[in-house]
Amino acid sequence: MGLTFISSILFATIVAGTPLIIVALGELITEKSGVLNLGAEGTMSVGAVAAFAVAHQTGSPLLGILAGMGAGMVMSLLFGISALTLMANQVASGLALSIFGVGLSAFIGKPYESVALASVEPIRIPLLHRIPVLGPALFEQQGLVYFSWLLIVAVAWFLYRSRSGLVLRAVGESPVSAHSIGYNVVRIRYQAVLFGGAMAGIGGAFLSVFYTPMWVEGMVAGRGWIALSLVVFATWRPGRVMIGAYLFGGCMIAQMFVQGSGARINIPSQFLSSLPYVATVLVLVLISRNRSTIRLNSPASLGQTFLRDA
Amino acid sequence: MNRRNLALATISGAALLASTALMGAPPAAAPTKIGFIYVSPVGDAGWTYQHDLGRKQMEAEMKGAVTTKFIENVPEGADAERIIRQLAQDGNKIIFTTSFGYMNPTIKVAASYPDVAFFHATGYKTAKNVGIYNARFYEGRYLNGVIAGKMTKSNIAGYVAAFPIPEVVMGINAFTRGMKSVNPKAEVRVIWVNSWFDPGKEREAAMTLISQGADMITHHTDSTAVVQAAEEKHKEKGTWAFSYHSDMAKYGPTAQLSGTTHVWGDFYTRIVKEVLAKKWTGTNVWGGIKDGMIKLAPMSKSVPPDVQKQVHQLEAEIKAGKLHPFAGPVIDQGGKEILPKGKNMSDSDINAMNYYVQGVASVFPKN
Repeated sequence: MGLTFISSILFATIVAGTPLIIVALGELITEKSGVLNLGAEGTMSVGAVAAFAVAHQTGSPLLGILAGMGAGMVMSLLFGISALTLMANQVASGLALSIFGVGLSAFIGKPYESVALASVEPIRIPLLHRIPVLGPALFEQQGLVYFSWLLIVAVAWFLYRSRSGLVLRAVGESPVSAHSIGYNVVRIRYQAVLFGGAMAGIGGAFLSVFYTPMWVEGMVAGRGWIALSLVVFATWRPGRVMIGAYLFGGCMIAQMFVQGSGARINIPSQFLSSLPYVATVLVLVLISRNRSTIRLNSPASLGQTFLRDA
Repeated sequence: MNRRNLALATISGAALLASTALMGAPPAAAPTKIGFIYVSPVGDAGWTYQHDLGRKQMEAEMKGAVTTKFIENVPEGADAERIIRQLAQDGNKIIFTTSFGYMNPTIKVAASYPDVAFFHATGYKTAKNVGIYNARFYEGRYLNGVIAGKMTKSNIAGYVAAFPIPEVVMGINAFTRGMKSVNPKAEVRVIWVNSWFDPGKEREAAMTLISQGADMITHHTDSTAVVQAAEEKHKEKGTWAFSYHSDMAKYGPTAQLSGTTHVWGDFYTRIVKEVLAKKWTGTNVWGGIKDGMIKLAPMSKSVPPDVQKQVHQLEAEIKAGKLHPFAGPVIDQGGKEILPKGKNMSDSDINAMNYYVQGVASVFPKN
C-alpha cells in the first residue's frame, strides 16, 4: 500500500465530509436556538440548483456559492415565517420545506439538466501542499473545504466564547426566561434559522459546483438527512460534528477502496455500503454516551413553539 | 399530490378540454391515446430518457393516429398501481410501464381493463393483454469490453454497479468476457454503490477505481457522474469511459470511447401498429443488436481504426447469430465450468446469472 494511496483516501474522505460539516454546523446553530428545522434536504437542493445556474451563467463559482447561500436563506425564511411568525409546528414545517425544496429544485433545474460545468481547479496553499502524504490531501482542496474548517472554529468560538453565542444558547434553553430579561426570542431565532439556511445552501452549492459539477434532480441524495442526524449524534458539539462527518466520509471511501482493490475479501457489498452509517452512529454514541452531558448539550426548548404572550 | 402530479393534472385538464373541443368537430376517428409511466424524471440521459426518446419517435412516426402522454417519477409500489389505473381510466388504449417494479401493478390493473393493451419492460409476468419487452444489454457490453481490452494500458477496468441482480451481473460478465477475449491479462474490478442514482457516490466509486489503476471505466447506474469523472482524470491518468443507457459524449467529449445505448422507438412503433391493426396477439420480446434495440454509442476517433473495424465485424457476427457473448466454455470465477464448449447459454440461464465469470477480480457479493 503506497503513500499516494493513503493520500488519495484521505483526500476523498475530506471531500465527502465537507458538505456534511457545512450543513450540519448550520443546523447546529439553528437547533441551539431551540428551533428544529428538518428542511435541510430541500434547502440543499434549492441551493445546489441556484448555485449551478448562476455558476453556469456567469462562469464564476464564487457567485455560484453566493447564489446558493442566498437561495438557502430564502428557503429558511419561508420556514421561519411558518414556524416562528405563524407558529406552526416546526417538525411539520421542516418536512414540508424538504419536500417542497426537492420538488422546486427539480422544477427550476429542468433547463440545466443537459449542461456540464467545467471542474474548478483546487486552491493550493503555498508550501504546505508540499508536505508528503498530508500536503496533497489537506492543502490542495477546494476553497469550501478550507471554509468548512474555519467554520468549525468560528461556530465553536461563537457558541462558547462570545456573548451573542451565550444569548443564543439561552434562547434555546429557556425562551421564556430569555424573553423576560428583554431578549427578542423570535428575532434571534430568525437569525439562527437564516444562518442554517445559508449553510445548507452553501452545502448544496458545494455538491453541484465542485463535487460533481452538474445538476440532476435528486443529486443531494439524502445528504441533508445525514447532516441532520449528525447534529443529534454529535450531541450538538461542533468538534464532534466534524469527527462524525469525516468518519462517515472515510468509511464510505474506505469500503470503496476495499471493493476496488480487486482483493478477494469476502464481505457482502451491502454490508460495506451500510458501514458508514453504522460506524458513525456507533462511534458518536460511544464518545457521547454520558447521559448528563447529552442533557447538558441538547437545547431544552428544541422543537417547541415559543408563544410570546404565554 | 406532489408538484409533478399537480402540473400534470393541470396539463391533462387542459388536454381534456382540448379533446372535448375537438370532439365538437366530427371528422375522422380520434387518435388512439397511449400512456407511458416512468420510474424517474426524464432528465437528459439515462434509462427513462431513452424510453422517452422512444415515445417521441413513435409519436412522430404515427403522427395523427396516436397521441401520447407520460407520467414521470412514479415510485414502484402502491402509487404505481393507482397511476396505471388512472391512465387506463383516462382512455389510454395502450399503456407502457417501463420499470421492473411495475410488474405486479400492471398485471393487476390489466385484469380489470381487458380491452387495453399493456406492455411491461424488463419483467417476466404476462397475461392475455400484457406483453413484455426487454433488451439484450449484454451484447453491447461485450463489444465495449473488446474495445477496453484492446486499448487498456494497465489491464484493469473499473465497473461502477448499482445492485447485484442478474441484469447488472450479466453486463459485468459480458464486458469481462469481451475484454478477456482480446486481452488475456485483463481484469475487471467492481464497486457496488447500492444505489441506482447517487451522483456523488458514483463519482467517488469511479475516482477510487481510477486511483487504483483502472484506465477503462464504465457503469451500470443512472447518472452521468462516472463518465464525467473519467473526463476529469483523462489528462492526468489517461482514463477512458464507456457510457450506459445513453450516449454521454456530451459529458465526456474526450474520455468516452463508446457506450451501450437502448433504442426503444422502433419497437414502440412496430408494436403500436400491430395493436392498432388488431393483429397483436401477445409479446415477449428480448431484442438485441439484431432488432435495433441495442446500439453502440458512436466510437470516438480515439479508437484506432483496426479496433473499430474489429468491433464492427463482431457486431455483424452478433447480428447474424454467429457470435454469442455467453458461448461456452463459460467458466466462473472459481474455475468451475458453467457451460461446456460448443453451446450457447440459454436465455433463462442468462436471466438467472448469480456469479462472476473468470476475469472479474472482485468477489461476488453473496446475500
